Amino acid sequence: MATPLRRDGRDAHPDRDHPAYRSTALRHPKQPLVPLHDPETELARPFLGAGPVAPLDHDLTAQHDGPPLGERIVVTGRVLDGNGTPLAGQLVEVWQANASGRYAQAEDRHDAPLDPNFTGVGRCLTDAAGVYRFVTVKPGPYPWRNHDKAWRPSHIHFSLFGTAFASRLITQMYFPGDPLLPYDPVMQSVNPGARERMVASFDLEATVDQWATGYRWDIVLRGPGAALFEEGEG
Amino acid sequence: MPGQALTPAQTVGPFYGFALPYPGGPVVVEGGELRLSGAVLDGAGDPVPDALVEVLQADVRGRLDSGLFGRCPTAPEGRFAFTTVRPGPTADGCAPHLAVIVHARGLLLHLHTRVYFPGEPLNAADPVLAKVPDARRGTLIAAEAEDGYRFDIRLQGPDETVFFDV
Ligand SMILES: [Fe+2]
Repeated sequence: MATPLRRDGRDAHPDRDHPAYRSTALRHPKQPLVPLHDPETELARPFLGAGPVAPLDHDLTAQHDGPPLGERIVVTGRVLDGNGTPLAGQLVEVWQANASGRYAQAEDRHDAPLDPNFTGVGRCLTDAAGVYRFVTVKPGPYPWRNHDKAWRPSHIHFSLFGTAFASRLITQMYFPGDPLLPYDPVMQSVNPGARERMVASFDLEATVDQWATGYRWDIVLRGPGAALFEEGEG
Repeated sequence: MPGQALTPAQTVGPFYGFALPYPGGPVVVEGGELRLSGAVLDGAGDPVPDALVEVLQADVRGRLDSGLFGRCPTAPEGRFAFTTVRPGPTADGCAPHLAVIVHARGLLLHLHTRVYFPGEPLNAADPVLAKVPDARRGTLIAAEAEDGYRFDIRLQGPDETVFFDV
């Protein structure tokens, strides 16, 4: 029998119905979700057959002939489960816009330059202490059409699995002191107590002298635990 | 015991297509005889062209330890398709099924659903299907199609798919 996951703390996640982010209007279910307690399948661990992680997959500045434009940064932190246990060997997938705020995807029509030396996709595995580390450039903010003068704050998209399909997480990491954060309905969809957990810290230890500034960001996924059901859940 | 506070989820956004899909992602089992296809639709019945569908399933003997997983981005018409095998029943007494996660632009936290198979006698005793109101159970059952099975995912609306709080 699969190990159950803790069910507490999930109110950290945003409500799927968030009118200020207009695209949620037709894309959130209106019927109540059906509770599924300790299902074998969703507690199993998926195997991502994307091939082995290559040595340079974690370095987004070294995937082309030359270095990309922008502010070189190191982004590092630990992947933990909800009990504080570091998760070793975790695949971490990231993607981001370039320093000008443009994605290397054809559908992105933002009038900012592409950088031939930057794709903005990285992968790595956490080490024995649950630590991941990427080298990249700080992504630029970019406009979108959600509302008048809508600009997304600088962010890096993260994708992780944890130990099970049920601990899956896709999220975004933000940068400290970004003046756009209070105006971003995506970031603001998360309740105030949990919001700052998506913001990295500037970190001197991760900073490399004469080379790159460092940011630290820990990620916490659902961990194993007794099936403590939340009040009113049944 | 108080837990470590969880990291909140955020939408996959519109521009993951150059990053998350990978060659062979929609092939859960190489050479599998089962084709599962469908579309993701929004509350107006319009296709969702920027969703990402992920599946996890047991092997033909109902075992989950090989972690059979697939990932498929939706095309402009909202379509996705997987190549796989029909899973066996799992140890918890569930009828053959695939677990499904849907990510999309406009979806701040992904959704879980399941695909079951039509005409499967074990469906009647499945403990998960049993929890679903009769009128909505059909949204979890794939339809037979010319080339395999079809499973549409309706995020909202009159035939809204059943989603699970896992
Ligand atoms: Fe983005």
